[in-house]
Amino acid sequence: MAYKYHVTEGENVAPLIAPGHDYATITDKISGDVLDRKTPRGMMITLAVSFLFVLVLIGAVSYLFYKGVGIWGINIPVGWGFAIVNLVWWIGIGHAGTLISAILLLLHQHWRNAINRFAEAMTLFAVACAGLFPILHLGRPWLAYWLTPYPNTMEVWPNFRSPLVWDVFAISTYLLVSFMFWFVGLIPDLASMRDRARKRWQKICYGVLAMGWRGSARHWHRYETSYLLLAGLATPLVVSVHSVVSFDFAVGIIPGWHATIFPPYFVAGAIYSGFAMVITLMIPVRKLYHLEDFVTDRHLDFMAKVMLGTGLIVLYGYLSELFFAYYSGSEYEGFMMHNRITGPYGWSYALLILCNGLIPQALWSKRVRLNTLALFLISIVVNVGMWLERFVIVVTSLHRDFLPSSWDMYTPTIWDWATYVGSLGVFVWLMFIFVRVMPMISIFEIKHLLPWKGRIYDTSADAN
Amino acid sequence: MAQIFHPGMKVVSRASIILFVIVVTVLVVVGGAMYRSGYTTNVGNPREQKVPFSHEHHVNGLGISCAYCHTSVEKSAFAGIPPTHTCMTCHSQIWNTAPVLEPVRESYRTGRPLEWIRVHDLPDFAYFNHSIHVNKGVGCETCHGRVDRMPLTWSVNTLHMSWCLDCHRNPEKYVRPKSEIYSMTWKAGTDTAAGRRLVEEYDIHKQQLSDCSICHR
Repeated sequence: MAYKYHVTEGENVAPLIAPGHDYATITDKISGDVLDRKTPRGMMITLAVSFLFVLVLIGAVSYLFYKGVGIWGINIPVGWGFAIVNLVWWIGIGHAGTLISAILLLLHQHWRNAINRFAEAMTLFAVACAGLFPILHLGRPWLAYWLTPYPNTMEVWPNFRSPLVWDVFAISTYLLVSFMFWFVGLIPDLASMRDRARKRWQKICYGVLAMGWRGSARHWHRYETSYLLLAGLATPLVVSVHSVVSFDFAVGIIPGWHATIFPPYFVAGAIYSGFAMVITLMIPVRKLYHLEDFVTDRHLDFMAKVMLGTGLIVLYGYLSELFFAYYSGSEYEGFMMHNRITGPYGWSYALLILCNGLIPQALWSKRVRLNTLALFLISIVVNVGMWLERFVIVVTSLHRDFLPSSWDMYTPTIWDWATYVGSLGVFVWLMFIFVRVMPMISIFEIKHLLPWKGRIYDTSADAN
Repeated sequence: MAQIFHPGMKVVSRASIILFVIVVTVLVVVGGAMYRSGYTTNVGNPREQKVPFSHEHHVNGLGISCAYCHTSVEKSAFAGIPPTHTCMTCHSQIWNTAPVLEPVRESYRTGRPLEWIRVHDLPDFAYFNHSIHVNKGVGCETCHGRVDRMPLTWSVNTLHMSWCLDCHRNPEKYVRPKSEIYSMTWKAGTDTAAGRRLVEEYDIHKQQLSDCSICHR
């Protein structure tokens, strides 16, 4: 198949890569940030602070293993507290990576080349944080392996009719495919790092990870094929994983959970929060490492637009929930909505609508989208909003169930908070270690964005 | 600049992938086999006791019925370990000076019970009741094997949950007529019609038998 060239750059549109760059300067800049540049001071401070929170998590988890889940604020009826809120929140954040890597790749959205590596790493770490919570949430976490079907002497199998078991498969598949996607995409860059490293131990480390990549035509051919195949594999996962997570709720009969809107509404929310987290992390990292040439304002603009779009779908979900609470005529649905808005946790619903529904509407304005500080703040607001959404779904639905005699309030304890902020610490810590030791932007992929007589080369055309 | 990786590394790297798969498979298979073997379950491992009591001699040689010593097997959850009195009904008269029986006499003198090492010990989260099994046609031999051939007692079954479920899911393959409960030689016929009749007769509700709460209460 002959190479295909697309004319995608208009005269008055900012380029996806700042002018003045060529193959050599790109490699120098991105690999040099890891190999040659002294670690920026801001980086060291972030690492130190986040490691402090890693220690907080270790402490909180150790005490949890010693005492049991009673140290949390959960009770009956609110048996799902922060652990499940955090699980869903983290999994949602993990969705941006695959969306950016796989779906945008298949849709020929070349601007993704600047952020896909970073977003994929973020996905991995977010999914790792997410995976922690359901295990911590178990009464006997050391028996977590019972969730997997394996031939055992008890002759019992997990309950395959339970969405909690589907969850195990969905999340572990997602983690595995995301990891493969991320790692396969890294191989050519790891080879560049190997070749440019000056210290022997660096050469050996990057060399082993590069798995003998020599950049031959055959290597590239196989690489492109496997990368596209993995993209195809990962694409359905973007939709399926959070759908399955939403089944944890939707399959239950609790008002506020038992809704058919849940899967699409969860998936949109996941992409919403994922892009918000990419923006939250990308803006400071871009500043610390002076990456404005590669992650341009235009990239941030694109991401803000995706955030706005998915945010509107999420808002539609909220409105649909309101509408069906009224239209269904169900006493319990109606009460649930009434309680959600005016009940003891009404503040969380109000904040949720403010954070997820109203404030992000500012993104309609191009001035706001191009204002880095405003975008950064809005992305944080969205992260908070998406966390509140899960809090509202989990807590307000449970604390007033069918039997008024079992109604109760859920108050998170210091250990709930410690585990949550601890997981944030782990996430930021892993992210910054990644940035420190790996090329955070795909060196070879971003080269495709170099303007070539006003056109860019379309890699995905190879396999067509 | 010298190459860091020799061309031979290609073989090493490929071999390491294959080796990794082999090592993991072997670990899993060997681990599973170890877990199921007598090494972990003690199946077929004769336990040394303070007094080398022989079921073979007492059951096969002398023809004493199981319930003569294990008196509560038909009435209670625990089959019962006989008190020293039971031993002494005979051993005050015969072998009453045998050195091997000194711990029995000592127990009788002091009133301190004999200490036996348990051969069958179910975990505490499993609720097990001997009487219901014996009264619904499960023979001693079905679970404890041919104790009439054991000079020292050992277990013949793993007590794994899967083993319990074998019978709880298909009781008709195992139940026997009430007259054969203490028999060491009764064998189920090849056709299960008799078993199904017995299940009916004993009023065993088969579909309940694999409920969690039947054993985990």
